[in-house]
Formats: sequence, structure tokens, C-alpha cells
Amino acid sequence: MAATRFLAVLPFLGILLGPVFLNRVTPFVLGMPLLLAWLLLWIVLTSGIMALIYLTDPVNRRPDPEA
Amino acid sequence: MLGLRAGHGRDMNLEQWTVGGRGFGTIFVFLLMAGEIYTTFTFLGGSGYAYGHGGPAYYILGYGCLAYVISYWMLPPIWRYARQHRLFSQPDYFAAKYDSAALGVLVALVGIVALVPYLVLQFKGLGIIVATASYGAIPSTVAIWIGAGVVTAYVMVSGVHGSAWTSVAKDTLVLAVAIFLGVYLPIHFYGGFGPMFSAIQNAKPGFLALPPQGESIAWFDSTILLTALGFYMWPHSFGSVFTARTDKAFRQNAIVMPLYQLILAFVFFVGFAAVLRVPGLSGASIDLALFQLSIQAFSPWFVGVIGAAGVLTALVPGSMIMMTAATLLANNIYRPLRGDVPDKAVSRLARCLVPVVALVAVFFTLRGGQTIVALLLMGYSFVTQLFPGLVMSLRRHNPLSSIGVFAGIVVGVATVAATSVTHTTMATLLPGLPEALRDLNIGIVALALNVLTLTVVDLVARYIPAARSA
Repeated sequence: MAATRFLAVLPFLGILLGPVFLNRVTPFVLGMPLLLAWLLLWIVLTSGIMALIYLTDPVNRRPDPEA
Repeated sequence: MLGLRAGHGRDMNLEQWTVGGRGFGTIFVFLLMAGEIYTTFTFLGGSGYAYGHGGPAYYILGYGCLAYVISYWMLPPIWRYARQHRLFSQPDYFAAKYDSAALGVLVALVGIVALVPYLVLQFKGLGIIVATASYGAIPSTVAIWIGAGVVTAYVMVSGVHGSAWTSVAKDTLVLAVAIFLGVYLPIHFYGGFGPMFSAIQNAKPGFLALPPQGESIAWFDSTILLTALGFYMWPHSFGSVFTARTDKAFRQNAIVMPLYQLILAFVFFVGFAAVLRVPGLSGASIDLALFQLSIQAFSPWFVGVIGAAGVLTALVPGSMIMMTAATLLANNIYRPLRGDVPDKAVSRLARCLVPVVALVAVFFTLRGGQTIVALLLMGYSFVTQLFPGLVMSLRRHNPLSSIGVFAGIVVGVATVAATSVTHTTMATLLPGLPEALRDLNIGIVALALNVLTLTVVDLVARYIPAARSA
């Protein structure tokens, strides 16, 4: 088990806890309301985090039993 | 059509019809799962909710992401167990894990009850799309009947292969249309995203964030949690897990699927563009926002193209839902109650039940009244009640007895049913509570009662050994 799996907590913090501090329309980020921009950022970050977890997870290095 | 051809020339038994013979690779599983997620809900419900409710619509961005994170660890063990024991469906899984046929039947019932509002929202979307895209020439009632008929015929012939391949066609068209509308409409009407959001902020300050009351942060978080936990509890999503050839497919999907959510931003842009351009839609008619705005912006032929995309977002998931509900009825309710029934008979019965399921959904659709988002949230409140029992079943030594899980689900579902029928919320039930508790999604409250019941019953059962076998 790779330690990177603990990174999976971050999307939960970002998406559930973030709005407590960032529930605002302004300042606009890339023309978008702050809260919307924040959540979109977390979509991209979540994908990146899951990629990192995938790459460091030894389970995925095992040969595919049926491939 | 693609789906009909996919089913042609294959002598499909129940395993072929429902889980595609368990031979789908990563991309196919991805398409199947994506096909179930991007539905009328995304296209019309998402834009409508952004139009009518503003900031609270962002919850839709959050729950998918968190569900995919959970799926990385949750789906592979489910898949392995299901393959080992040759299971077809979610109730099979519960029945096998808890060694209780009664629990299997209960899970099937919960699934069917939750699928009805999900199917209703697809039909409702169909009605809106056809009525609007035909400029009123086809009334929405007629459109709903036609749509239900088409989906029924389609499902009865093709099964799961049809759904996956039409998914490809659907996703391509919907992706293109949603991105185009999301970029074009704000520019066309406001000159860009920035000016559009500034104009909305000036006209309705705070509309683009969460309000302090009602759909507040407490509502937002509890709704995201409810829907993220319930994401794979839908019988059809759970069922698509069984179609994979390897468990790697799920871990790879957990990387790609979140990015797929970005399309929602464009859907929101459409809804926001409508806020100042087509004011005055309220109640259940907020779902019309996308089409009302499109009619203002485009010539009829292009409204037709958007309509075609919309019809696909309703038909593909609609077919998947109908197939799942019919299979549940035949295989997981009729079969265990009836005793020894051959596969062939169950398969035949499932096909015959497809039109019955369609009729029930049409009945509820025509009664009308609720927004697409409200319908989906109601379904989620039901299916999420299955989560505690499922997550505990993944442990190597599951301490829970089937009777505890059974009682928890009954209490959770009864709570959701009672509050849905009487339109109760925490705020109407206990107005004295602090704001953060009053705004909680009622589905989460039901989930808490579910876990409480499960714990108490399980403890009691532990001391009364005779009660352990439910």
C-alpha cells in the first residue's frame, strides 16, 4: 500500500470544506464566480490526485490475470 | 439502429443480456458508466437548476468527483466477489454477502422504488424536448407516450450491448452540443463569461454563491455526501460494475471520470445565460430554460439538433433504467419468491415486464409537478440507504448480521418515503433547530436513522441468537 493513498482525503476537504471559506461570488476567477472556479479546480485536481495514486499503487503493477 | 444491430446475431441468455457476458474492457465500461451518468438530468436538469437556483447547482460538480475517489477502492472488491460467485445484480450481491434471500428481495425493492423517479425524469425531459423542439406541434403528453414506446421497443430487442454502443453516439453529440451552447450563448447574449457573470451579480447579488439559508452550505455538503455515497448504489450503476473484464478498469476510470464532469460547467453557463434573458420560469418549468433560450438564439433546424441530443440523453439512460428495473422484478423478486425457475423463463419474464415498468413511469410523469433535480435527489435518498450495508460487507470479517442491515434499510427508506409524500424537510419538522441542522438534506437524516437502527438491532440480535437469521 502506497502512502499516496492518503491524498484521497484532499478532494473531500476541498469540495466539502472549501465552500465554508470560499462561498463568495467575487472576486471573479477567469470571469467565473469564485465558488464555481474553486469547484472546477478541484475536478482537475481530483483527476490528478487519482492518477498519482494509480501510478504509485503496487496493485496496478501486477500483471493482468486475464489480459 | 446501432443498439438493435449490437444485439443481432447473438443468442442472448440472461448473463449476456444484462452484464454483457462480463467481457467489457476499460473503455467499454467507461462508456457504459458515462452513458448512465450524462442523462437528461445533466442536460436539462443541470441547466435548469443553475437558472432557477444559482449557486446551489454547483453541488452537481462535487458529488461525482467524490464518488469516483471512493470507487477506486470500493468497486474492485465488489467486482471480484461478483465474478467469483457468478452474480448478476446488486440484490444477488447483498443476498450472497449476508447469506439472506430476504435481504436480496428488499434491496431489489429499494432499487425499483428509486429507479421510478429516475425514469420519470428521463420521460419528463423527453416531453419537454419534443414539445419545445417541435414548437408546440407535438404536445408533451404525446411526446412522453412516443418516447416511452421507443425506449421499450429498443430495450426489449437489444439489452446491454445496445446501451453501450448508443452511448458512444449520444456522448459525442451531447458533448459537442453542450460545449457549443455553453460557449456560444454567453458570448452571443453578453459578450463573454465575465460580462455575463457581472451582469447576473449586479441584478441578483449573491445568486451565484450559496445562500445563507435554505440551500446553504449545510444543504450543499449533506447533498453532496448523500449523492456521492449513493452514486454506485443505483442498481444499474452497480450492475455495470459486473460488465468489466478486469478490476483495473475501475481504477483507471477513477482518473478519467472526474474530468468528464467538466462538461457540467458548460451546462451551467447555458442556465446562467438564461437567467436574465428568459426570466420568469419558476417551479417545475425551470427545466425549460435551455430550450427557451435556444429558441431565442437559433434558427429552427439547429433547435432540432439540440433536440436530438436531448432525446438521446433521455433514451439511452432510460433504456438502461428500464432494463434494470425489469430484470430486478423478474430475477430478484419473482424468482426468489417463486422458487426454482429456469433462467430462460426469468429472461422471458424480464422482457415482458419492460412495458409494465414503462407504463408505471409514464403514469407518474403525467402527474407531473417536480423538477428534474428534485426527482433525482428523491431517488438518491432511497438508494443511499443501501450504502452502510454495502460498505460493511467489504470488510474481511463483517460484524453485521443481515437482520441489522435489513432493519436499517427499512427505517431509512420509510423515512424517505414518509418525508417525500408529506413534503417534510428538517426545517418544517423541527423549526427550532439551528440553521446548519435545519438545512440538512432529509436523505442524510434518513441515513443517520438507518445507521442508528442498524447498530441497535445488530447489538440486540447479538444477545438473542435466535433472531440472527433474518
